[in-house]
Amino acid sequence: MMAAMHSTDHNPDLADHFDTLDQQRQSSRLGMWLFLVAEILFFGGLFCVYVIYRVNHPDVFTFGHRFLDKNLGTLNTLVLICSSLTMVLAVRAAQLRQRMTLILMLVLSFVFAGTFLGVQYVEYSHQRQNALLVASQQAPDTDVPAEVQFEEAVSASVEGAPDGALPEAPMVEAVDPDVSMIAPAAAGPAGLATAADSMAAEAERNVVDVGPANAKTFFSIYFLMTGLHGFQVLLGMIAMLWLLKLTFQGAFGGGYSIKVGNTALYWHMAVVIWICLFLLMYLID
Amino acid sequence: MAEGHSAVVTPMSEGASGENYLTTGKGPLSWLFTLDHKRISVMYMVAIVSSFLFGGMFALLVRTEMLTPGATIMTADTFNKMFTLHGVVMVFLFIIPGIPAALGNFVLPLMLGAKDVALPRLNLLGFWCWLTGATVCMVSIVVGAVDTGWTFYTPYSTTTGTAVAGMTLGALILGFSSILTGLNFIVTIHTMRPEGMSWFKMPIFLWSLYSTAIVQVLATPILGVTVLLLIAERTLGVGIFDPALGGDPVLYQHFFWFYAHPAVFIMILPAMGIISELVSVFSGKHIFGYRFIAWSSVAVAVFSFLGWGHHMFTSGQSPLVNVIFSALVFGVGIPSALMVFNWLATMYKGAISLAAPMLYVLAFLFLFSIGGLSGLFLGALSTNIHLHDTYFAVAHFHYLMFGGTVIAFLGGLHYWWPKMFGRMYSEFWARISAALIFVGFNLTFFTLFVMGSHGMPRRYYNYLEVFKPYQQASTVGSYLLGMGFMIMAYYLAQSLLKGEKAPENPWGGATLEWATASPPISRNFEHEMVGLDPYDINALELSSDSGGYVRKDPSSILLNQAGGE
Repeated sequence: MMAAMHSTDHNPDLADHFDTLDQQRQSSRLGMWLFLVAEILFFGGLFCVYVIYRVNHPDVFTFGHRFLDKNLGTLNTLVLICSSLTMVLAVRAAQLRQRMTLILMLVLSFVFAGTFLGVQYVEYSHQRQNALLVASQQAPDTDVPAEVQFEEAVSASVEGAPDGALPEAPMVEAVDPDVSMIAPAAAGPAGLATAADSMAAEAERNVVDVGPANAKTFFSIYFLMTGLHGFQVLLGMIAMLWLLKLTFQGAFGGGYSIKVGNTALYWHMAVVIWICLFLLMYLID
Repeated sequence: MAEGHSAVVTPMSEGASGENYLTTGKGPLSWLFTLDHKRISVMYMVAIVSSFLFGGMFALLVRTEMLTPGATIMTADTFNKMFTLHGVVMVFLFIIPGIPAALGNFVLPLMLGAKDVALPRLNLLGFWCWLTGATVCMVSIVVGAVDTGWTFYTPYSTTTGTAVAGMTLGALILGFSSILTGLNFIVTIHTMRPEGMSWFKMPIFLWSLYSTAIVQVLATPILGVTVLLLIAERTLGVGIFDPALGGDPVLYQHFFWFYAHPAVFIMILPAMGIISELVSVFSGKHIFGYRFIAWSSVAVAVFSFLGWGHHMFTSGQSPLVNVIFSALVFGVGIPSALMVFNWLATMYKGAISLAAPMLYVLAFLFLFSIGGLSGLFLGALSTNIHLHDTYFAVAHFHYLMFGGTVIAFLGGLHYWWPKMFGRMYSEFWARISAALIFVGFNLTFFTLFVMGSHGMPRRYYNYLEVFKPYQQASTVGSYLLGMGFMIMAYYLAQSLLKGEKAPENPWGGATLEWATASPPISRNFEHEMVGLDPYDINALELSSDSGGYVRKDPSSILLNQAGGE
């Protein structure tokens, strides 16, 4: 845009402060890579949170992930991989100056991205209900002694008391007829499992099982990470619209296509991050 | 955007007409939408100096409160807010953007003989991020202030009623500004160096800006995540940092310092670069140990990522981890000390000129050494137990942040002032002000070392009678500091209004920014430049008619194919 005003003695793609197109291309490309590095670190912080919470509370994740819809997750993964392919083809089209193909590929990528966000919306409305359900079942005023005991044990172990044997004694005491809400054996930690096996099994099993303490944190982490990723997808869609606008205005006719290339790079990163999220959130078993 | 483009595009003929970057384009929009790195730098300068004024007022209020034990001028709650706001404003609004965004933005393309930074629009976006972030911070100060200390430690920051979410959101946005500046500098240094300027022919200031930029790009995203999690914790009750929900408050400290420890080096590294430039020019000598200083800048950047744990020696982290962090923290002393020795060796047998910028260099060497050496006491495990969270730590980081970064910033400001605004300032008042600042600073903060080693804890509203003389001396020192800055404001304002016109090269620097007009034209240079040895002071001589220095062989820095693109 800046260069456009200077088209008398310059290549229209070359900005005033660069000497050559190659220098300009290298600058844009390096800038985008650095931006992606920053972005990786940003998500890296969140993955770090994920790892720490999961190591400390594996039960929360094994319990929580069963609420996610693997079919929708797989569908979204496929959709994003397709969009990655169409973005690559868009870059190729821009380099070969195939204007119609470029427009087609950008539109296709945009549609795929939109599909992703649509599916995500459906998934979110499910998960929001699940999260609310789990949270309400675990609300502090619900009278579930076992839960309270468990929380105390957790906070004790956080403060450095030796964990392990500690939770067991209160767990046994806590077993009374209305512990039906304790997690089933497979999901609970060792202490809970014995308790659940002995008593809770024959109690009313039709009540929703509320899982381990703080099960709702799974949903918090899920929303936080996928939400930020969704924001990234949204930005990518805006970038695609911008590229479409530029294409209609006749940009990329000269084969200088770094803007398409950089958007594609950004987009691939969004796809890679989604694949990591899919593996970490949906496919925990 | 039209005004902005004109600043970049029109200047083909301005050199002849006497136009410069300050006079091409008029009106506030020609500034707010400019893509010219020099104008963006001037806007940053105004912005951060205003922040410094704000932060300084908070500091003077804190010091005034400490004149007497118990209540002097404010309640304990207000006191908590005052020192927090002092910290937040000074760190996030002033000192982190300070040297890179204000001075670096101006000097970096000029030193490269380039027309602009590589990505001018991102540069402007960075400034807008700064403005937005600063606005959010100011609004938070008005609606509820913050009383957590600038570190926003959980669990207090998730439970206090003050505007922590707003303030940290502001810090998040300011972080983007910092990332964009760093990203731009890395790209510019990689792709825009002129012919003849290999990596090891770059001015040291560029090495230090490059190292700083790497830390900015790699560490600042972590600040983003940290405050995002903090905001989520406050507003949505996520529980990552809340033991009641299975989280861990020390995790917050790890996250925070994983950014904030490297951030210390975002502050000090560019200061080291400025000192390297100034010490050579005002000693009239080639810099000593160029490669050592260049590599030391990089080494400091690398070490900066490995020291975050030393802020948590008393948090109950494992003793083994403490030992490792302690060793790594000592490690950063090696490149830092190397640089100090190189600066001293540069001065050795030099023809030292005691102009105002050099006074700041001398102050820096003195204060930075005290700041650095006192860091060893805090980095050693056994002494840290006693000194942790006392005035000793406060004194230590003020000696580095103020005695190091701010003093170097002032040195750089006085050094590049004639280039930025084309005017000289009153050398007499500049020296008076530098002396006042030096004396005031030491009186303010050396007393804190004494009190800290006697056990005075930081952030306390009240103190024992025995500390009274020190506290009062420190407060008097802070007033002297304030006076020093008032004098500076006076003579710099006077310089802008009716200062003597500055020559192209008033100091005799051999770096490329001195080879163009003061102030520079919009496109920076009339000709394409080549990179020569940036410390070849002998290539210049004092010219009797212009009052400044000129190259003995003026054509040596011009690219041969004149007019070629």
